Amino acid sequence: MADPILSISGLVAGYGGVDVLRGLDMQVSPGEIVAVLGSNGVGKTTLNKTLSGVLRPRAGVIRFDGADIQAASPAAIVEAGLIHVPEGRKIFPDMSVLENLELGSYRRAKARRARNLERVFATFPRLLERTNQHAGTLSGGEQQMLAIGRGLMGEPRLLILDEPSLGLSPLLVEEMFGLVKTLNAEGLAILLVEQNVMQSLDLAHRAYVLENGAFVLSGTGAELAANPDLEKTYLGM
Amino acid sequence: MFAPDIILAAVLNGLMTGAVYALTAVGLTLVYGVLHIINFAHGAILTAAMFAAFFAWKIGIDPYVAVFALAPIFFALGYALQRFVIGPSSHGEDRNILLVTLGLSIVIENLLLAAFRSDTRSIDVPYGFSVIDLGFTFLSVPRVVAFAASCAAAAILWLILAKTDTGKAIRAVAKEKLGASLVGIDVAHVYAVTFGLGAACLAVAACLLLPTFYVHPRVGNAYVLVAFTIVVLGGMGSVPGALLGGLFIGVVESLSGLFLGESLGQIGIFLIFILVLLVRPTGLFGARA
Ligand SMILES: Nc1ncnc2c1ncn2[C@@H]1O[C@H](COP(=O)(O)OP(=O)(O)OP(=O)(O)O)[C@@H](O)[C@H]1O
Ligand SMILES: [Mg+2]
Repeated sequence: MADPILSISGLVAGYGGVDVLRGLDMQVSPGEIVAVLGSNGVGKTTLNKTLSGVLRPRAGVIRFDGADIQAASPAAIVEAGLIHVPEGRKIFPDMSVLENLELGSYRRAKARRARNLERVFATFPRLLERTNQHAGTLSGGEQQMLAIGRGLMGEPRLLILDEPSLGLSPLLVEEMFGLVKTLNAEGLAILLVEQNVMQSLDLAHRAYVLENGAFVLSGTGAELAANPDLEKTYLGM
Repeated sequence: MFAPDIILAAVLNGLMTGAVYALTAVGLTLVYGVLHIINFAHGAILTAAMFAAFFAWKIGIDPYVAVFALAPIFFALGYALQRFVIGPSSHGEDRNILLVTLGLSIVIENLLLAAFRSDTRSIDVPYGFSVIDLGFTFLSVPRVVAFAASCAAAAILWLILAKTDTGKAIRAVAKEKLGASLVGIDVAHVYAVTFGLGAACLAVAACLLLPTFYVHPRVGNAYVLVAFTIVVLGGMGSVPGALLGGLFIGVVESLSGLFLGESLGQIGIFLIFILVLLVRPTGLFGARA
């Protein structure tokens, strides 16, 4: 197998006096979709924040594309091509759709902004119809498209998607999973955090299940889907 | 009643003062909008800028020339102040920032007092008393220059905020810090740039005020009180609101000076201020709460 694009070892992170993540090891290879599953509040978003540098890990090593990034700034991590589309979208509400997308290339791929805008609009025609609309007035689904489009503007080498289907109608959820598949088919490595467990396992090459600050299960999507422990973990039995 | 000519003249004069007021308010509102703090050092920075312009004149540089050096110098000073003093010493706590800026203002003011005593100084420029004859009234040349230059400075600021990536980053950080970090915007840098822009506006205002005004170690306070009023009137954090609010306050001051007598001009400002707070607490110009 090729060298992983992302590898984490012994990662510890948390808030205040509490460690939420207590020693995680994981890898993502180029071109892979890796899903991280786990019930509410186990620390999936905490993991993503740590990877993107907005939360400092307390211990452990994060290697991205051959360089240690556990002490790097969020800006340097974006510059390296690790781009995080956060839970809750975090778009710029009083700025236009176009400005939101432009800022996606604030740190990286600025020279190819025009070309990448065209690409994003080709992927999300709905955004093209709304270039001058304030992002805060978009529907939830459109906001999610904008958040992903903004992430793509930086030409990610690894894209973290934190609950991209949260709050979307079933039809749009389908569309979202289709999109993840398409992006990946073009060669993009994706770290996917999702609540739609079976759909995610179906899509992901591999998956990790987070519980009590540690990965308790991992394997290929098919293996995990067939694993009776998965249900146990989720239902907490 | 006054003749329409006199009222028109008062309005014109009010607009000219108001433009400089707007410039002193715009930095305050920008810093509030982005960092969500009130910069209590604003007045002291204005005072420092007026002293800088005063000493530039002492060594033979006209304020209208000095402005081209002082604006970038004060941008750099403001940047450094936020990046290396206010930011690090506040540890991300808003109320600490408040105290740090308050402390800074006391330090700056007292340094100036120690160095220059509380003497009032003014400069004597050749165009100080030049006027333009409009037929029905005379306009003071330095005030017309101040009006034009304030408008130009506001336009430049608007262009920066609307059109440049740095300006967009400032607006992004104002509303969504996490989202901004995740596209690679360095939030500490943006805070410092914002602070620097506010200080640069004050340097411009200082150079425009000096030909017709005096300077002493507390002079900034008078302006800052008006600037606070404008910021609240315009809607906290709204740059266009501060510009309109500045012009509005200038006209109110001028008209109430006309109707109530010169020495009561500022009372009009505070009456309007209280009235607005009672009727429209989010500000006159439609800013969101
Ligand atoms: N800023 C913070 N300060 C303190 N505690 C936090 C903070 N953010 C998250 N936590 C806590 O850390 C734990 C993990 O939160 P996190 O958001 O990572 O969970 P999650 O797995 O993403 O959950 P969900 O599926 O609901 O999004 C939770 O107990 C949460 O309350
Ligand atoms: Mg989460």
